[in-house]
Amino acid sequence: MLIDWFTVIAQAANFLILVWLLKRFLYQPILNAIDAREKRIAAELANAGTKQAEAQNERETFQHKNKELDQQRALLLSQAAEEAQSERQYLLDQARKEAAALDAKLQESLRNEQLSLTREITSRTQQEVFAIARKALADLAGISLEERMAEVFLRRLRDFNSDEKAQLTSSLMLQEDTIVVRSAFDLPQAQQDLLEISLRELLAADAQVRFETAPNLVSGIELVIGGHKVAWSIADYLASLERNTGELLNNKRKPQP
Amino acid sequence: MRLSSDELVLWQYGIVHLNVTIVTTWALMLMLVIGARLITRKLVTGAPISRWQCTLEVVVLTLKKQIEEVGLRQPEKYLGFLGTLFLFVASANLCTIFPGYEPPTGSLSTTAALAICVFVAVPFYAIREHGLRGYLKNYLQPTFLMLPFNIISELSRTLALSIRLFGNMMSGAMILGILLTITPFIFPIVMSALGLLTGMVQAYIFSILATVYIAAAMRDDGA
Repeated sequence: MLIDWFTVIAQAANFLILVWLLKRFLYQPILNAIDAREKRIAAELANAGTKQAEAQNERETFQHKNKELDQQRALLLSQAAEEAQSERQYLLDQARKEAAALDAKLQESLRNEQLSLTREITSRTQQEVFAIARKALADLAGISLEERMAEVFLRRLRDFNSDEKAQLTSSLMLQEDTIVVRSAFDLPQAQQDLLEISLRELLAADAQVRFETAPNLVSGIELVIGGHKVAWSIADYLASLERNTGELLNNKRKPQP
Repeated sequence: MRLSSDELVLWQYGIVHLNVTIVTTWALMLMLVIGARLITRKLVTGAPISRWQCTLEVVVLTLKKQIEEVGLRQPEKYLGFLGTLFLFVASANLCTIFPGYEPPTGSLSTTAALAICVFVAVPFYAIREHGLRGYLKNYLQPTFLMLPFNIISELSRTLALSIRLFGNMMSGAMILGILLTITPFIFPIVMSALGLLTGMVQAYIFSILATVYIAAAMRDDGA
């Protein structure tokens, strides 16, 4: 007999026990582990999907912001360019104004300097001319400059015609017979006496003659009677010299081509 | 010549006796359960997983997929029975590689026991799914005239299931024994390798036929 029924029953029982044991120790744990892994992977995928969506949103937001920033930047740049242009224009205008002011100031300064120089030159020239003339007269003719000037002044007075003399006399009468003689330097007593005598002869015997020294008087002698003035000075010579010097200076100041 | 390992009784008390078939089955059960327990004790749900766990997952998923492919919609329900059927038969057959080992599947008692389990499992699952009336109605399909043929079919396929496995495994062991006496070298090794292949094929056939029977009984329009 190939079939042993006790063995059949025992084997069937063994098999059913094995089914239960394997179900408990093999299939269920393995399936649970697979399910758990699948759930975890699904959760991770869902999470990744969410993150991807978030990243996409963030990317779009970023791109939008980037675009806005670009627009703002372009706007700011154009504004800055406009402001820079206006500022440049303003600064240029300011600079032009300042340059013009400086130029005007420079011109004024130059004029003042020239004037000052002219005055200095005039004064120095006067002194030099007097010194040279005094020395030359003393060396050549043996006379002093003051004497010679007084003589020339007197000769001029004497050369007046009768009308001119009458005018001076009438003016003298209005000024209570006071004649003022001004000179750039102190006249020697001899010259003063000579002038006093000569003037009394010419104008009025009882006229009072007063001598004054006026350093600002340009190297000469002048006679003041009321509103009339008779003078001799080297002012004309100096004016000529000044004119020539001015021309020379102007020529030098011009820029070379 | 001893045809079955049932004949080798190790212990007996009345009708209760322990033969090699039962003891070998216990050993196989122990091996399967302890192996499964050792591996599933340290299961991890994250990566990386161990090689053994990966192997078990492949085995379980393949079984599940096979059951599903045959036509059972919820393979988890049948995995315990059908999967154990395959694993037990396969391990019993594969162990023929060990010298002196006698497969319990080479015993008609074991194969009959397994066939009877299938014979019981088919109506069990069908009644659980469709109820007793729904299951019995299958025997009248397509017409009540087919009732005796359906009953015969049910019985004969159980018989065929048990005889097929027994015949294959017993003949494999017999051929190996005979060849060992004739040509003790080389050729038995080739036959042994062929026996392993046959064993795996038989395990597959046994479990897939059981699946097909259950699936046929689970159909709404009957077998």
